[in-house]
Amino acid sequence: MGQMLDYTYDAIVVEGDTAFTLPALCRACGLDSAQLIALVDEGVLAPAGREPNDWLFAGPSLRTALTARRLMQDLELDLAGVAMALDLLAEIAALRARLNRLGAG
Amino acid sequence: MQFQDYYATLGVERDATTEQIKHAFRKLARKYHPDVSKEPQAEARFKEVAEAYKALKDPERRAAYDQVAREHAAGKAFDPPPGWDSGFEFSGRGGEAGDGADFSEFFSSLFGRGAAGRASGHPSAAGAFGANRPAPGEDRHARIEIDLEDTYAGAKRTITLRVPAVDGHGHAAIHERQLAVNIPKGVRSGQHLRLAGQGSAGSEGMAAGDLYLEIVLKPHAHFRVDGADVFLDLPVAPWEAALGATIDAPTPGGPVQLTIPAGSAAGRKLRLRGRGLPGKTPGDLYVQLAVGIPASDTDAEKAAYADMARAFPNYAPRGALET
Repeated sequence: MGQMLDYTYDAIVVEGDTAFTLPALCRACGLDSAQLIALVDEGVLAPAGREPNDWLFAGPSLRTALTARRLMQDLELDLAGVAMALDLLAEIAALRARLNRLGAG
Repeated sequence: MQFQDYYATLGVERDATTEQIKHAFRKLARKYHPDVSKEPQAEARFKEVAEAYKALKDPERRAAYDQVAREHAAGKAFDPPPGWDSGFEFSGRGGEAGDGADFSEFFSSLFGRGAAGRASGHPSAAGAFGANRPAPGEDRHARIEIDLEDTYAGAKRTITLRVPAVDGHGHAAIHERQLAVNIPKGVRSGQHLRLAGQGSAGSEGMAAGDLYLEIVLKPHAHFRVDGADVFLDLPVAPWEAALGATIDAPTPGGPVQLTIPAGSAAGRKLRLRGRGLPGKTPGDLYVQLAVGIPASDTDAEKAAYADMARAFPNYAPRGALET
């Protein structure tokens, strides 16, 4: 504490223009490639590109993959359970956003 | 150090079976999981529950814990006896439920920091490389709270990261590391910032991982945010709404002059294009008019309302309710 920080790091917003390759998303979210491929098969993640080697995941995939990992590890959910929980969480988030817009949130 | 009553945390008896412990954990984990729960203190409760489960689901750990528990009452200070942490050895296991949580001092002193899992928040994909081969550093995650004004104007923030490191004797310790970061304009709640190369160091010259910061926008006293759009309830006087007015309206980017059109009803929405969160496609600021009714305490104020009543003989406030 108290040390002078003479350098300020610039950050990029992941949800902006960035995209992840499969290995990069593995590193960022902590799932292995087999797990991510399974999430793609389940329709939870939708990368551009045909083959896993060509896949590009849009920035918001990071949040989805991180939540999926936590649900799998912490609640021991299987893939179908994760997919369903993510759908329901997205729906709840949309409803909360609506409440918030109306000032009732 | 506080003694932790893991059985009480999970709400099970001391002679509960492993199956009962698992059931109790799953039920509580669903209730308090930070991704799912809106319970107050969900994250803290989830950590307690995950720690209790981690201690009790493993027979070796449970036996060690039970031995300590026999001698210490819950809530009392707990001082590990000398040489304590060399007393028990545990076989390493990875990828367990609750591994993401960081654990109490009590847990760490009982089972060692290593047992608490990687404090970085997730098991590393680098694990696949094997322990002794050069491996790139892990990506790390942290969360940063910012004010609405920070995303309007951009901001410089200093964050403190708790970094686990292993010393030459194989003991793990937590170091604090400070980092100054520019918060880009227009960043929204739930988005992530990436700081390239600021994650864990790689081994043997391999590249360091990246640091990801999840943005949490603090709730604002007046403004509500949805995506890039911002909402404000703006109180106006009855005569401002009726006659029209140009008023100073607050926005997160500073006050602006706002024209209230004459004849505005309560609840009227005015859109200030581009005054929401900045960005390539800036959001809008929606102002909803809330017409205030002044209190009438003095005779003059009461007379003003009476004059108004006389001036609007045909006003039917409940017109829509009549059949």
